[in-house]
Amino acid sequence: MSERELTCIICPASCTLKVRTEPGGSLKVEGALCPRGVDYAKQEVTDPRRIVMSVVKVVGGDLPTVSVKTNKPVPKKCIQEVMKATASIELKAPVEIGQAVIKDICGADVVATRRVKKVNSI
Amino acid sequence: MLELNYDTVIIGAGPAGIAAAIKANELGLKAVLVENRDLLGGIPLQCVHPGFGLHYFKEDLTGTEFIYRFFDKMEKLGVEHLLKSHVHSIEPVAHNEKVVNVITPQGVMRLKTKTLIYTAGARERHVFEINIVGDRPAGIYTAGEAQTLMDIYGIIPGKEIVIIGSGDVGLIMARRFALEGAKVKAVIELMHYPGGLMRNIVQCLQDYDIPLYLGHVATKVVGKKRVEKVVVAKVDEKLKPIEGTELEIPCDTIVLAAGLVPNLDMLEKIGLVIDPYTRGPVVNEFLETNIPGVFVAGNALVINDLVDYVVEQGELAAEGARYFIENDGIPTTDWKPVIRGRNIRFIVPHYVSGKRDVILYARVRQPEKNVVVAIPEVGWKMKQFNVRPAEMIRVKLTKRLLERAASVEKISMEVIPGE
Ligand SMILES: Cc1cc2nc3c(=O)[nH]c(=O)nc-3n(C[C@H](O)[C@H](O)[C@H](O)COP(=O)(O)OP(=O)(O)OC[C@H]3O[C@@H](n4cnc5c(N)ncnc54)[C@H](O)[C@@H]3O)c2cc1C
Ligand code: SF4
Repeated sequence: MSERELTCIICPASCTLKVRTEPGGSLKVEGALCPRGVDYAKQEVTDPRRIVMSVVKVVGGDLPTVSVKTNKPVPKKCIQEVMKATASIELKAPVEIGQAVIKDICGADVVATRRVKKVNSI
Repeated sequence: MLELNYDTVIIGAGPAGIAAAIKANELGLKAVLVENRDLLGGIPLQCVHPGFGLHYFKEDLTGTEFIYRFFDKMEKLGVEHLLKSHVHSIEPVAHNEKVVNVITPQGVMRLKTKTLIYTAGARERHVFEINIVGDRPAGIYTAGEAQTLMDIYGIIPGKEIVIIGSGDVGLIMARRFALEGAKVKAVIELMHYPGGLMRNIVQCLQDYDIPLYLGHVATKVVGKKRVEKVVVAKVDEKLKPIEGTELEIPCDTIVLAAGLVPNLDMLEKIGLVIDPYTRGPVVNEFLETNIPGVFVAGNALVINDLVDYVVEQGELAAEGARYFIENDGIPTTDWKPVIRGRNIRFIVPHYVSGKRDVILYARVRQPEKNVVVAIPEVGWKMKQFNVRPAEMIRVKLTKRLLERAASVEKISMEVIPGE
């Protein structure tokens, strides 16, 4: 692999990073203002990952949906798989923040990021 | 008619209003928080993406997670609030008395208060404000409307989307649509540089192969019942459309992310002085406006990109309200104006006393590389690799630093090219 230019997305400084594969196979990163950028660049060229977020339908709650996210970044190629899974489920209120709504998908859990209280229907 | 007395009435329960209400309670003020919608929380309640609270909580939270931490605090303190309550008007009675007329499900209420904290946020610019001609079919939404539909109600408003505006709001909405399986055909940006942060260009557009049209303007909407296409043209240096460069982009939905304007009509009716650059009020270091006892914080003060600063402003306004009540008005002093220097588009607050710490918020006019941001009167300087209009500059000046400017009549911020 030759050289790749990336923009670091870890913080708003948005450093331009150059990643090069050394003859020995190790990766060399230039342009990072801090070590987090170096880690990001190495991860990004070998196994890019992202946090995925969406909403999931809820019945019997004070809100019709609950927002969710993966509790860890998942491989980019898994994003659609996570989205399909969140679109296919429906939860019952109450839902608490941090509650796992889907367990162990692409190496992460999908957790609730909003609270939905139960409302008593008449 | 119900009449109630308060130390402070807070209008709008987004992060600014909630933070102000919590602080006011902690300071021992009798306060009430009034909200239009049937939900507390403002914009963050419908932001499902991370990027909130990095400064305030030192954690990367989603908008929803961020705002629920404040809900929990409100509940613990027993912060008084009204939902589905629309503030209809404000009557300035005296320097230390205002009457807030509120229409609530229980009827009209008159809230008599010593001070007022106005945190009603911003409104989104609509089609008629950005010179798009043509049909007015269904399928045109503001980013906020689309976000409410998707992320509160779970309804995706369309299948083929064109987004107008490349600020962070537009970029984040582009990703939300793409994630939900809609095809985002284009993000259109008038300027020759993107409005949002580079990291959002990468993780919202490049990740999903969404094309960004810089230096383009949407000139016309076409569609009978529903949007069918949008006509886009290149612009020249003066940002005027160039004839013959038009192209048509078929789509069923247009999302406008063309900027926010502080929502201040109600205060303008009682004589609020506006800064033409922020389109928010002119304020002193307590965020008090020209109307004594009326404080403004959050997006109603200045369009913020970070909720952390919004919360900080809400808390400061509550401290200002307490100081006002203790002294029966903010004591008069030799206010020093804060002046916009080279490449500074705006700066808030507009007046400082030099007698206490202040936080200045500013934006640059144009992106620039390798510069120094400086406040020469106090000898303060900060090297920056990049300054961009999308990123608000926040500077805290301590009282000690400000004392260096004791003999000068103003202070100013400027951006100067570095070596
Ligand atoms: C799409 C999008 C993405 C964002 N992403 C981020 C991010 O990643 N990180 C980050 O830090 N920030 C982000 N922000 C910015 C952040 O959400 C705002 O800066 C913040 O919400 C502003 O808070 P506010 O309290 O001033 O206004 P708002 O949140 O708008 O709240 C104003 C409240 O006032 C109420 N109101 C209005 N008029 C009246 C009236 N007459 N009577 C009673 N109530 C009234 C409204 O209903 C609303 O609840 C984002 C914003 C948007 C739009
Ligand atoms: S390298 Fe460090 S400073 Fe630069 S953008 Fe990444 S995290 Fe921020």
